[in-house]
Order: sequence, then C-alpha cells, then structure tokens
Amino acid sequence: MRRTLFAVLLIFAAWANPASALDRAAVDKLAFGDGEEKIEAIAALVAEGDPKAVLVLGALLEGELQTSGKRVLIIKGTEATDALTGVSVTPVPAEREDILVNNRLRGTLNGALAALKLISPERTVRLAAAKELEGSADAAMLPLVKKALDKESDPAIKPLLEQIAATLEIKSGTKESRLAAIRTLEQSSNAGAKTLLLAVLEGEKDEDIRLAVEKSLLAIEGRLAWGQRAGLMFAGVSLGSILLLAALGLAITYGLMGVINMAHGELMMIGAYGTFVVQNLFRAHFPGAFDWYLLFAVPAAFAVSAVVGMLLERSVIRWLYGRPLETLLATWGISLMLIQAVRTIFGAQNVQVENPAFMSGGIAVLSNVVLPWNRIVIILFAVAVLALVWLLLTRTRLGLFVRGVTQNRAMASCVGVPTARVDTWSFGLGSGIAGLAGCALSQIGNVGPDLGQSYIVDSFMVVVLGGVGQLAGTVFAAMGLGVFNKILEAWSGAVLAKIAILVFIIVFIQKRPQGMFAVKGRTVET
Amino acid sequence: MMREVMSSYGTSSALYPGVSTESLALLPRVFKTTVLGESFMSQSSSFFSRIKSWVGIAAAVAMAFMGAGAPEVHAQAKPAGTVKVGVLHSLSGTMAISETVLKDVALMAFEEINAKGGVMGMKIEPVVVDPASNWPLFAEKARQLITQDKVAVVFGCWTSVSRKSVLPVFEELNSLLFYPVQYEGEEISRNVFYTGAAPNQQAIPAVEYLMSKEGGAAKRWVLLGTDYVYPRTTNKILRAFLKSKGVADKDIDEKYTPFGHSDYQTIVADVKKFSAGGKTAVISTINGDSNVPFYKELGNQGLKATDVPVVAFSVGEEELRGVDTKPLVGHLAAWNYFMSIKAPANDEFTKKWAAYAKAKNIAGHKDKPLTNDPMEATYIGIYMWKQAVEKAKTFDVAKVSAAMAGQTFTAPSGIVSKMDEKNHHLHKAVFIGEVKADGQFNVVWKTKGPVKAQPWSPFIAGNDKKKDEPALMAEKAPEKKK
Repeated sequence: MRRTLFAVLLIFAAWANPASALDRAAVDKLAFGDGEEKIEAIAALVAEGDPKAVLVLGALLEGELQTSGKRVLIIKGTEATDALTGVSVTPVPAEREDILVNNRLRGTLNGALAALKLISPERTVRLAAAKELEGSADAAMLPLVKKALDKESDPAIKPLLEQIAATLEIKSGTKESRLAAIRTLEQSSNAGAKTLLLAVLEGEKDEDIRLAVEKSLLAIEGRLAWGQRAGLMFAGVSLGSILLLAALGLAITYGLMGVINMAHGELMMIGAYGTFVVQNLFRAHFPGAFDWYLLFAVPAAFAVSAVVGMLLERSVIRWLYGRPLETLLATWGISLMLIQAVRTIFGAQNVQVENPAFMSGGIAVLSNVVLPWNRIVIILFAVAVLALVWLLLTRTRLGLFVRGVTQNRAMASCVGVPTARVDTWSFGLGSGIAGLAGCALSQIGNVGPDLGQSYIVDSFMVVVLGGVGQLAGTVFAAMGLGVFNKILEAWSGAVLAKIAILVFIIVFIQKRPQGMFAVKGRTVET
Repeated sequence: MMREVMSSYGTSSALYPGVSTESLALLPRVFKTTVLGESFMSQSSSFFSRIKSWVGIAAAVAMAFMGAGAPEVHAQAKPAGTVKVGVLHSLSGTMAISETVLKDVALMAFEEINAKGGVMGMKIEPVVVDPASNWPLFAEKARQLITQDKVAVVFGCWTSVSRKSVLPVFEELNSLLFYPVQYEGEEISRNVFYTGAAPNQQAIPAVEYLMSKEGGAAKRWVLLGTDYVYPRTTNKILRAFLKSKGVADKDIDEKYTPFGHSDYQTIVADVKKFSAGGKTAVISTINGDSNVPFYKELGNQGLKATDVPVVAFSVGEEELRGVDTKPLVGHLAAWNYFMSIKAPANDEFTKKWAAYAKAKNIAGHKDKPLTNDPMEATYIGIYMWKQAVEKAKTFDVAKVSAAMAGQTFTAPSGIVSKMDEKNHHLHKAVFIGEVKADGQFNVVWKTKGPVKAQPWSPFIAGNDKKKDEPALMAEKAPEKKK
C-alpha cells in the first residue's frame, strides 16, 4: 500500500513543473531546525503548493531523510540522493543521522502531503487526499485547497473540498461565510467536524453563530451516535462469536453427552498451540506462503485437539460415564496436567502467534467505525463451524447416532448403534471444535498455557444458559451474552460488566434451571 | 524458655525436614502434660516410640535454639565462599511477559559479579522462585526465601500489588528487597530500595509533555489502567495534577479493566468517542499481557498516534515484542531508560545482554535481544547492593541499608544514578519515547539530568506532612526476638 502510494508520488513528482520553492533554506530548516522551525518550513512549502516538496516531505515522514554533516540526503535502501538537487550521491556516506520526527511533526507532514496531493492529476489520489484532509486540515492549507477547488470538477471530490474549505474558514471570514461553513459541516459524519464545531463554540459571542453551531452539532452527533451503536453491536457480535466457538464443543461434550469436561479450555489451548506450531513451520519452511498458514493451522488445530480428546475419552472418561462428580474431578486433574505439559514443552511464557497480513487493520464502514479484519474473519469462521456442526448432527449417519445415543442410550444400543464408539467419535468432535476455537483465539488474544482457564467458565455459562442439549440455545446464549456484555461494558466499565453478567446468570438459572431452550421429554431428568 | 521452644516449633519442622515429623508432632503434647497434668504415657503404645519421641524433642529443642538465633546471623551463617540471593519474579501467569526477563538479567548480573570475584570475595548463589502472578503466593515465596533459604537480599516483584503483599514479610523478618519497577509512590519502607521511578520521575513529566505544544497540546485525558493499586493510585495523583493545571472533571475519563483482560473493542471505541470532544491523550497503566490485545486493537481500529497519542507507563521494548508495531508508530512510553539510548554504558549493557541471551539460549532474546527500563533498574540495584555490602563489609540488613545511602552507579541510561541519602529511591533521568516501526523507541524528550524521587506525591492531600525517609529502626524494631 505504502509502496504503491510512493510510486504514485514519484510519477506525480516527475510530472510536476520544476518551478520550485524548495530551496536550501527550506531543506535546512526541515533537517536541522527545531520542532517549531520544521513546522514553519512545511507550512511554507504547502502554502506555495510546490509539488516537488512531496518527495522530501514523504522521505521525512518515512524516516528516509537523513543528514550527513551539512548535507541532507534521501536514503532508499542502499542508495542515496541529495534532497535538494535530486542528484544521486555515491558512495553513500557512512556517518548519517536520522532526523527526529515526533507526533506533532508527523501529523503536520501527513496533512501537508495530503494537501499537496489535492492537485494531483490522478483522480484516486485526489479523492484519497481529500478524505484524509477531512477534519484535519489546518489554516496554512487554505490557498492550496482553494486552488484545488477551482480546478476540481469531479462530483465525488468537489463536495469534500468544499467541506474542507468550510472548516478552514470557519474561524475567520465574514459572518455569512462562517454561517455557510457551519451549515456545510452539518452534512458531515466525521468526528473531526464535531471537534471543530466544539472549538468554534468555545469563546464564541455571536448568538446566531452559536445557534447554528449547536444545530449542526446536534445533527452530527446524531449521525455519530448511529456509528457508535453499530460499533457496539459489532463488538457484541464479535465477542458472541468467540463465546460461541468456545462453547460449541462443550455443547456437544456436555450438552449432548453429559460429560462435565473441565479440560475443555485446555483442549482450546492445545488448538492454539497447534496453530503456533504450524505458524513456526511455515515461517521456517515456506516464508513466502506465510499469509496462508491459517489454512493449514485450522485442520491441524482440529486434529490435534480431537486426538487428545479421543485419547482422554478412551483412557479416562469412558470409565466414568454417569458419575458427574468423578468426571469433574478427573477432567480437572487432567486439565492441570495438560497445562503443566504445555509449560514443560513450550515454556511458561506466552508464545506469539502473528496475524497473517490480510487480518491486520480494519475496514472503515463509517467515519467513526472501523471493523477489524481479524474479528470479521472470526465471525465468519464461527458461522462456518456452526453450519458444519449442524449439518454433521442433522444430515449424517454419525449425527443420527449421536442424537440417538443422547436420547436413549439403551434403545440405541438395542438397534445396533455401537454406543461406545459413537461416544468416542462425538467426544473427539467436541474436542476438535475446541481446538478450532483455540485457533481463532490465537488471532486476537494471547496464547499461553493458561489460555483455557479464562474461557472455561464462559463456555459453561453459555451452554447452561442456552439450555443443555440444544445447539440453538448455545447460539442464542453466546450472542446474547456477547451483546449484553458489550452494552454493559460501555455503560459501566469492564469490571462491573463482568460482575453484572455473573449475577444475571445466577438469577436466571435460579428462575429457569433448564436454560433458555429446554429439551422436552425424559432426557432432562437423566 | 519454654515459650521460645513452643513458638519456634512451627518453623523448625518446616526448616528441618530431616527430623521425623512423628516425633515433632508429639511435642505439644509434652507441654500439655506438664501444664495440664494429663497423662500422655497411656497414649504411646511402646517403649521404643517413647524413646524416639524424647530424642525427637531433644533434637527439636536444640534446633529451636538455632532457629531463634537465625534472623541475626542468617546472612553470615553460610558455608564460606557463597552468599544466597533471592530472585522473586513471576515466571508464569499474566505477568510472566514482563517479569521473566528480569529474572534473566539478574542472573546475568550475578554471573558477571561472580566472574569478577563475587561480593566481598563470596560467590553469589541465586535462589530463583516462581510466584506465578499470584499475589498471596508472593508473600509465601518471600517468606520461604528469607527463612528457609536464608537469602541476604531479594530482587523481585513487578506489580505494586505483589510488592504490597511481600512488604509485611520483609518488615517482619527484617530482610531486604530491591524493587526494580516504576510505581505509584505512597510508600517508603526501610526494608525496600526502589530502583524504579516514582510518579514525579515518570507519570507527571509524561503528562506535562503531552500538554506542551510539542507533545500535541492535549486537552482531554483518558486514564486507562488495569484494576489494582498502581493504576488507581497513579490516576489519583494524575487527576489531582491535571486539576491543578485547570483541566475540568468532564475532560477526564478514568477506565479500568481486570488483569488478563483481552477484549479492548469497547475501550478503544470509547476513546474514539471521547476524543471527538477535543484533542485527547490516553494515559495507559495497563499491565501484563493485556497490553498485546490492547495495542493490536488500537492498530486494527486505526487509532493513530497523530490523532490520539497513547502514553504507556508499563510498556517497553519487551511487551511490544509480540505486536505488529507499524500501526503503532508514534504512540509513547515514558521511562528512565530505552534500549535505543546512545551512551557508552548502554552499548556495553546491550552487548552483554545479547551475548548472555545467546549463551543461555533465552527464548526470544537469543534471536532478538531486547533490553528495557526494569531490566536496567534491576541491574543497577544489584550492583548498588554489591557496592553497599562491600562498603559495610557485612551482609547485615541495617548496615547494608545505611551503606546504600548515596551509592552511585554509571547507569546504562547514560547518567550517574545515585541512591538518595534518605528516601531509598534512585535519582533518575526521565525519557519520553515514541514507538518506531521496529518496536524500538525514539527519544523525543528528556530531562536535563537526574531527578530526585518524590515517593510522597504533593498531589495527594496530607502528604506534605510525611517524612521523606523511612521510619527509624527503633520505632519499628521487630517484635519477634522477645
């Protein structure tokens, strides 16, 4: 992205006419001046709208502008060019110093570069620049913005530019132009516009302007509030999808089979470590295909957790069917052993699982709502896993057997269902799904030996709340808890929200012990 | 004399596992018979067990005498040539991300000192324990280090809640703790030396910087922390400080999350919302591995440092190791040391660490060695302790403490760090750094020289009356040796 942007800049710089304000004094100020002088120099370059400055300012932003004695160089990899003349310098001086860029300077540079790009011949560059400037333009850019506005004819860019010009003139100019500017801003759904209007309101004496500002503020805030609500819903659904993934495996092992598996969280943890191992294999052997490691990590996580789960079932749990207390204690013991085993193999510290590049960053759906890709992918993943589990349970022979054994073990056995084997397979399935959850968790949180501990309570909460033995209940409970939790969190903070959720569940289970969706019939009593 | 045996009975069984516990278990019964006249003979079935029990009592009594004398001599009563030193850092749990490396750097310093002849000619023998990010366990492990391993000094703790947990143990048993992490102040103990920053050496300058034009002239503040004593107290101080600068309550938003919290969606969304009301800065006192999901979320949601800078007090090079720092460029941290500081002492320190990490095959560091502020503070603390011991010519806690006053050490941060004559805190230079794309920090602001610590912040009411030095020995002499 950066690279293409820079290529565009280069073309653009080549196109620009050579009339230049980028003289020695300006470059020296940029390179050797203090913070204030640098900002002045940038403002001067922007006011003159010198396109050649783009190269130097871009280099400064990227940390490629360096000094060597009195010379100012643009360093790209192993090549150096003189910032002033553009002549390549060989050999590259060994003694070089970085030019310090702090936040304030970086902000100014971003704005300046965007402003200079407003007069680019490329439509996309201009549009991106106008979007970037919306809400962050400063007074020094006004002449440039006006110049761009005169030349602009594109219907998408022109209104944006008008808005930018409005924001720049909002504090100065005649009363009419200010009122017009305020009214233009009313159409904005950018948080920056709100900041700006609030700044205008502060210390403003003119009653008309105050009224106009307040009216515009109300409109903007209304629009921003919708963005916030949408963001909150997304956060809730995202948390719900994670809870769903965590609880889905448990819905099978506990919900359908009735095994209280305290090691469920550790099966998730094993899935996450499986992802970690696959990631390391990819990094070591196929660094080129690193972004696609998840495609292999998902089946690997499923397989490793399923195998561990099936071993567990064969060796321990099957001897304990129908004895919930013993199962609970035995699986809890196993969970401790699994944690310790992972500590011994991988160390007690968290391991790093990197997101593939396509899962970093986010998509801006509204000016104040950015949906992170990793969360979107996990939501889709949860839906896919849910669909697969549902198909497996309702459309396959194994699913039929599982449901048969769940409803009436003795009868299923009588008609020839190999109940013991079905138990092993379904426990393996539940464990494998836990592994998938672990793989998903590795993309948003920390992966350490204790990973499972923080999800086991939540998983049980979801299954019990949803109603034991019902997939639909698990889905509703997970989504409900996720959204409810996020709404509470926005209102009362994370600590109180957690407490409130636990209290709510205690009360709910008291009133309705069978959960939201109860299985009707005899199975409830067993 | 009897009381003495009784009182030390509990510890002697723990201390001397070689003695049969069966015989020791009989001990209280012996006293019961003498006091209450109750016969215990009828309960022992055989002559041999009676003999055995008397032998046991004799052994226990003898050992109780040795045990009672222990607090005074524990440091010296070592086989000649070694001195035991405790390392008390979480090697598992939520704080392991930060603390593990402090254990490693301590071991490096010990190895270095041993290679140069040790402390007063005695080799350091480190005793490493893992309190597992579990605060009560810190106190247990501290007690174990002091009473069982009889260490001369302990280097340890990160979170203030762990320090508060061990503090009564160190005071009761009169032992010495070196605490290497920045903290909230509000504490001076004669048993603790604080080699990290007090609020006026980190938090206050950071906020002042963000208020300045160069720092972005922030008007609104989000105080975001993990829910425990350090963030709560620091934020209390900062709130008072901000108020003194004329910031209104509506422009301050205080938020807390539990330890190990991993879902920062709402928090980041709230920060965005809050920042629409004017130039906002976030002061983060989030501790432990929560920082990884927090910074990931910041990056993914596109909250840029040029719009809303986040300054962190507990995030350094090590915590950012697992994070993609490209979207985080420009976010800040305030510390008294950065790995990127250019100073001869730092070059030496980072080189030594790189070599050590490679030699010891330390996970992560062997490929990408990183140093950070608490590592530097640990290192300074260990060397200052060595110097103080050599000045006092003993491991005795009171004498070493006295010798600590005014100790100096050329710190990797490039200054000569001095232990204050009175208040047990180091004089430190303050640096503010911005995150670079490679996870290192660009120093954008620093103090001219070392700053004296103010453990009692002037921004908390009533602190002006508190003394800038620990209470005198006589006032708080341990009750134990009566």
